[in-house]
Amino acid sequence: MSAGHRHRVHRPGDTPVHRLPPQCKLAAVAAFALTVVATPREWFAAFAAYALLLAGVALAARVPPGFVLRRMAVEVPFVVFALAVPFIGTGERVAVAGLSLSLPGLWAAWNILAKATLGVAASVLLAATTEPRMLLLGAQRLRLPPLLVQIAMFMARYLDVIAGEMRRMRVAREARGFAARDVRHVPVVARSAGALFIRSYERGERVHLAMLSRGYNGSMPVLSDLTASARQWLLAGTLPGAALAALLGAWALA
Amino acid sequence: MTASLEVSRLAYAYPDGTQALFGVDFRIERGERVALLGPNGAGKTTLVLHLNGILTAGHGTVTVAGLRVGEDSVLEIRRRVGLVFQDPDDQLFMPTVREDVAFGPANLGVRGEELEQRVKDALEKVGMREAIDRPPHHLSFGQRRRVAVATVLAMEPEILVLDEPSSNLDPASRRELAEILRSLDVTVLMVTHDLPYALELCERSLILSGGVIAADGPTREILADAELLAAHRLELPYGFTVA
Repeated sequence: MSAGHRHRVHRPGDTPVHRLPPQCKLAAVAAFALTVVATPREWFAAFAAYALLLAGVALAARVPPGFVLRRMAVEVPFVVFALAVPFIGTGERVAVAGLSLSLPGLWAAWNILAKATLGVAASVLLAATTEPRMLLLGAQRLRLPPLLVQIAMFMARYLDVIAGEMRRMRVAREARGFAARDVRHVPVVARSAGALFIRSYERGERVHLAMLSRGYNGSMPVLSDLTASARQWLLAGTLPGAALAALLGAWALA
Repeated sequence: MTASLEVSRLAYAYPDGTQALFGVDFRIERGERVALLGPNGAGKTTLVLHLNGILTAGHGTVTVAGLRVGEDSVLEIRRRVGLVFQDPDDQLFMPTVREDVAFGPANLGVRGEELEQRVKDALEKVGMREAIDRPPHHLSFGQRRRVAVATVLAMEPEILVLDEPSSNLDPASRRELAEILRSLDVTVLMVTHDLPYALELCERSLILSGGVIAADGPTREILADAELLAAHRLELPYGFTVA
């Protein structure tokens, strides 16, 4: 039913990148993203250096470029928005291939595209080299509120179960001759969504009972020992460290 | 010797006023396997939720191996009473089988090597040792039910309480689960309306009907009494007779 689910974004492997504790990778990607966002848009050399750094990580993790590119599809809505900006932007205009484009708009589009692409690529690499549940454990190590981590954990666990219920409800609708074709069918689909919410809520209550039955008292027992050594932190730090060096280098040139 | 489970004059009304149990009395000795039979709406689930203190008695008492269920004893009671829910998806909520089986004992303070050993032993008992690192939603329904049994076995319970253990299982999974339950050295209370399964596994049966225990005796005698069964909306499957 869901055999392929686990591997949609995760690519199992045994490289130094895969072996790093998740909290190190999470912190490294966050620091890298901050560095990228803090870079003025005119410093092209810095952006080129960031892209090279990510390519280096992908190489070290043996993640093929095609894998990264396919999973970067999540960025498409941003790309569409970014491409629209030069047309709807105001200010000084330039003619490119017969089109009149806004110069500040072009800069804004470049800014969004470059930074979003680098951030998404870094996240895709993180997800490709880290199992989803390890990501959550890493977040827990980084002192993310435990309640948020638990919610995310249950989401990961029950996504398939709820999707299965949704599919059965759709089949039940269609088995009785219903097909959502146009806007008049929205109320039916909306009622199904409401029913699905109630079913999920009731399941949540049953899961809570099952947890209480096994001695749950408000906090999850910490089961895996995820301590990271100084060496591992240092290794994970190379990505944001090198990015920061590139930023400072570009600053010296500017 | 103290009984594994003793329920005495247990009565309960839901907060909305619906009375579900009207004074339930029974006693299960250590090592017994007992079936709790009853039609839908008889109060079976309500009774089960009293056994580990999730619902607290309006009147009467529940005692597990000499310890009375009450607010101060609730953690120890939940260790002693292993509840296996009907839908394994409700019971298995952790990302991997290992973490799920470890959840109960970890809440009791078991850690490290001992915890790992308990997880492996419990999975061994239900024949699911090799699934230890798999996510529960990648297992078949029958396998998930077996892992659900392991999650409570890891808490080393005094009594195992199973809610409709045979529901939704294919015949082979049903037989495998029966073999597992028979192999366990633990007191079992099995809530079901699968009468042949009760006959196969439990020497004694109780009928809960209308919020009271309507019958208590050897399963074979109870299932042979067609009038008694009919009076409590219980029926043997077509073609099935108890000699």
